[in-house]
This record gives sequence, C-alpha cells and structure tokens, in this order.
Amino acid sequence: MVVWTDQERAYIKDIFSKLNYEDAGPKALQRVLIVYPWTQRYFGGFGNLYSAEAIQSNPMVAAHGTVVLHGLDKAMKNMDDIKNAYADLSVLHSEKLHVDPDNFRLLADCLTIVIAATMGSSFTASVQAAWQKFIAVVVSALSRQYH
Amino acid sequence: MSLSAKDKLAVKTFFDKVAPNAEEIGNETLSRTLFVYPQTKTYFAHWADLSPGSPQVRKHGLTVVNGVLNAVGLMDDLKGGLLTLSELHAFMLRVDPANFKIINHNLLVTLALMFPEDFTPQVHVSVDKFLALVSLALSEKYR
Repeated sequence: MVVWTDQERAYIKDIFSKLNYEDAGPKALQRVLIVYPWTQRYFGGFGNLYSAEAIQSNPMVAAHGTVVLHGLDKAMKNMDDIKNAYADLSVLHSEKLHVDPDNFRLLADCLTIVIAATMGSSFTASVQAAWQKFIAVVVSALSRQYH
Repeated sequence: MSLSAKDKLAVKTFFDKVAPNAEEIGNETLSRTLFVYPQTKTYFAHWADLSPGSPQVRKHGLTVVNGVLNAVGLMDDLKGGLLTLSELHAFMLRVDPANFKIINHNLLVTLALMFPEDFTPQVHVSVDKFLALVSLALSEKYR
C-alpha cells in the first residue's frame, strides 16, 4: 500500500487546484504527440496530426486531453487506493484500447513538463518529488491489469 | 533517431538564449536529481552537503550544464567530440547510464519552469533528441 505524508497530499491537491484542466490536458496530449510521434498510432481517427501546428490546433486532441486530465482527478480523489480505483481504466487501456503501457510514462513526463511550465518556481524540488511519486503510482495502476 | 537540420537549429537557438542562466539551470537540475531521485546521491557520498542549492551542488551543476552547452557545439559529431568525457564516465566515474535519463528529465523540467514561453513542444522534441544522443555518446566507451 502506498503511504502518503500529509505534506505530499497537500502538494498534490495544490497542484490540481492550480491546473486549468481545459488548458493543461490539451497541452500535455499535444506535447506527447509532438515529442514522441509514435504515440500518434492510437489516434488514427483524429484527423490531421501531420505537423506540430496541426496537432496544436486539432480540436479532437484538445477535447481528449481534457478527458485524460479529468481521469487523473480520480487518482487524486482516491489517493489511498489508486490501484483499485484504476482497475477498470487499466482493463480498458489493455483490452479495448491496446495501449503499450510505456506510453503512460511518456504522457506522464509531458504532463510534468506542462505543470512545471505552469507553476514556474513554485514547482519546487519537494513539490516535484511528491508529484513524481503520485504519477508513478498512477502509471503503475494503469499498467496493472495488463496480461 | 538522428538530428535533422531543423533539430540542430532549434537546439542551438534555444541554448544560445538560455546559456547566460547556466548556473541556475545547473543548480536546479542537479538539486532536483539528487532530491527527487535519491538513488543518485550514491555517486556523491564524498560531498559534505547534498542538499538542494548547496555550494558543491551549485558548482557541479554548472559543470554539467557547461558540458551540455559544449555538446551543442559538437552536434555534428557527438561521438567523436565527447570521447574524452565518455572515457571519464566509463572508466573513472562509472555512472550507470540509466542515470543519464534521470538527469535529462530534470534538465527538461528545469528548462520548462524557467523558460515556459520558449520551451515549446517543437523545441522540446529537438532538445529531447539532442540529450538522448549526448547520453548515447557518453555511454560510448562503457563496453
């Protein structure tokens, strides 16, 4: 079971309170599609992803980025049992979406970069440590039901 | 994955702009590496103070970032240009190459928080590719 200090819980809640989901979600998804272009394989139905500019102005990407970030909300609200909170999501990503779990790490890294850019110097080393721990738990939970 | 002309230009332009802040970039990068990934502290057991922002961390952070800035000028032949540094890391420092990914990640985080407007996704992909190739060149002499 993951043990969270009060300080870590506070940091995570604080990060989410500072996030504009309709901004950070799209930015993170756009970034993963641009920085790691092979991730585009999962979005064949999203239309024009042929350039960074196209990705950044694609409305389906933006909409889906928001969906993904709201999914992270679930982890923040269930920090003491992310593993079980994400069981169905994990099955979905494995059995229906067929997403290679390494992609979770790539998206997590891009989201970290977006949060760092948003928070600037208030994304201190201590805050980053709590965030990296949280996101690692999320990635692990999402990967857990793969077989 | 090799650097296109577009990548090289993006990397050079971006690092030319941020170079004056080398000391702060180095300090943030190394401080975060040691703090957020404590296993990296094992390479610095001989330092008195491993806390973020300590004099030794600052000094060594600058050394590392200057190394990266130097590599920007060697982009046309990273393997050749970084041969001596690779020998240093392989035979003397013996840093496990997995740690190159860790420090690269923290460098990207630092660049994003210090230069949010300039560190666009387009710049990010070129810098990420560049750092991966620098790490590869540093690993060249390991075995």
